[in-house]
Amino acid sequence: MPRPMTITEKILAAHAGMDEVEPGQLINCRLDLVLANDVTAPIAIREFRRIGVDHVWDTEKIALVPDHYTPNKDIKSAEQAKMMREFAREQNISHYYEIGCMGVEHALLPEQGVVGAGDVIIGADSHTCTYGALGAFATGVGSTDAAAGMATGEVWFKVPASLKFIVQGELGPWVSAKDIILHIIGMIGVDGALYQAMEFCGSTIDALDMDGRMTICNMAIEAGGKSGIIAVDDTTRAYMEGRTERPWTEYFSDTDAEYAAVYEIDATGIKPTVAFPHLPSNTRAAEDSRDVWVDQVVIGSCTNGRLRDLRIAASILKGRKVHPNVRLIVIPATQQIYRDAMHEGLFDVFLDAGAAVSTPTCGPCLGGHMGILAAGERAVATTNRNFVGRMGDPTSEVYLSSPAVAAATAIAGHIALPEDLD
Amino acid sequence: MLFQGTAHRYGRDIDTDVIIPARYLNTSVPEELAKHCMEDLDADFVSKLQFGDILVAEENFGCGSSREHAPISIKAAGVSVIIAKSFARIFYRNAINTGLPIMEAPEAVDGITDGDEVTVDADAGVIVNKTTGKTYTAQPFPPFVKDIIEKGGLIESVKAKVRR
Ligand code: SF4
Repeated sequence: MPRPMTITEKILAAHAGMDEVEPGQLINCRLDLVLANDVTAPIAIREFRRIGVDHVWDTEKIALVPDHYTPNKDIKSAEQAKMMREFAREQNISHYYEIGCMGVEHALLPEQGVVGAGDVIIGADSHTCTYGALGAFATGVGSTDAAAGMATGEVWFKVPASLKFIVQGELGPWVSAKDIILHIIGMIGVDGALYQAMEFCGSTIDALDMDGRMTICNMAIEAGGKSGIIAVDDTTRAYMEGRTERPWTEYFSDTDAEYAAVYEIDATGIKPTVAFPHLPSNTRAAEDSRDVWVDQVVIGSCTNGRLRDLRIAASILKGRKVHPNVRLIVIPATQQIYRDAMHEGLFDVFLDAGAAVSTPTCGPCLGGHMGILAAGERAVATTNRNFVGRMGDPTSEVYLSSPAVAAATAIAGHIALPEDLD
Repeated sequence: MLFQGTAHRYGRDIDTDVIIPARYLNTSVPEELAKHCMEDLDADFVSKLQFGDILVAEENFGCGSSREHAPISIKAAGVSVIIAKSFARIFYRNAINTGLPIMEAPEAVDGITDGDEVTVDADAGVIVNKTTGKTYTAQPFPPFVKDIIEKGGLIESVKAKVRR
């Protein structure tokens, strides 16, 4: 009998061709997917050439997504996107997404069925951990790791210890997945899960749809985590059915598996939460933050740019106007989400309210383009990072929140809850 | 590997957005990136850095994005080695993979003040603060990781593998 293992250990063992693995062990893993974007691919391609192989290991198992500075914001970023595009053509990469078919990578790949349960995925982007929401082991790496992965289909890992977060109980009004993960990061800090896998379970997690689960796993890296994961259930199966292109494998933690720590969280006590500058762990209840006036609100990104997020924002914005001192920018995360939101009439709601609706892009999330902050300006954003200078000038400030708080803030002009609005 | 230089000491949670802000990520040329290294945290960093100097920081150095531009800019700016209490994991991998030496040594960090003269023997895992005369030990790399570094980074070690 192999030792009792967590879901993460089981997935890694299977991909290393071993019966069992334990935390701290160095292993070589077979990969199911390697991802890079227009910022990280150019370096990965350069390193790939240095290895001296002519072809990628598998043209079906590489995803290249131009999402950060696209549609290209300037000549330099156009050169980077061009380099990736030409590489994708030369190597016959099947999962290359041109402008018009693209989206923010971590919303796009699950939606397109490119990732599935039981996969081992590396991406040259730190929020690759998002795919844990489908029961996969997915982690961010650098461009050099991605280059080696593209050439060999393998990567080295140190098996992470696991942390278990059991979240139980019903969420209060306007409390969402974003508030759960901000609450957890506030509790354990930005290095509270350093080198570790974060496993989420409990009745609250079970009740979340896939959009909410992806929001949670997306921000595992913000606690320093190597990965975030939620085991497959009927919600996951319904999402993957008819979508996921490869057969998937379901893994579950043994009941007697070992965890570095187990946290029990009462979801009924979680309030709408905001992370103040300049760390995602610097959290405060939104109701105690009403004195923060803002210049801009951004609703989008790989954390909260999915259809559910846009619906929530629209339900609050409907029939209301954005505050005259606020610029509201809404960014559907993928073309599909864009189209669905349009058909549902959400665009009319946004436009009537006085919002700008953007084509899918990372845009202002990383201070790239499409909504950069000037010196001293403040934004509330549904994104995942609020580091110094993240959205523009080093003296600007970013406050992280859920789509509900962001929409209410856009109307009120200061951080607000939907119930504050008349 | 032996290093000697002046220590430049910073706090905890130094993230990749301040190491190299996204507004400079439209290039991956090391010399270009080096010019803006750490500028949102300390605008004088690049100008006061002498080639071979040592970067010292507290917990969770390099947290945030996976941009390899971060270790690349630090290396190209002339830093010979980073000593920190702990590193964020993607940065840790990226530093190893790109051949930027890093050491986890919490006690050494506590014993180093900005401007101290420091020597590092990376193979022996020994750090000496020449200004105070104190000696510290650092966590050595696991053999597997040391092998990557000795081959000159991940690409060289993969090259060796592919040829086999
Ligand atoms: S939306 Fe933001 S966090 Fe997500 S991949 Fe793009 S830049 Fe990174």
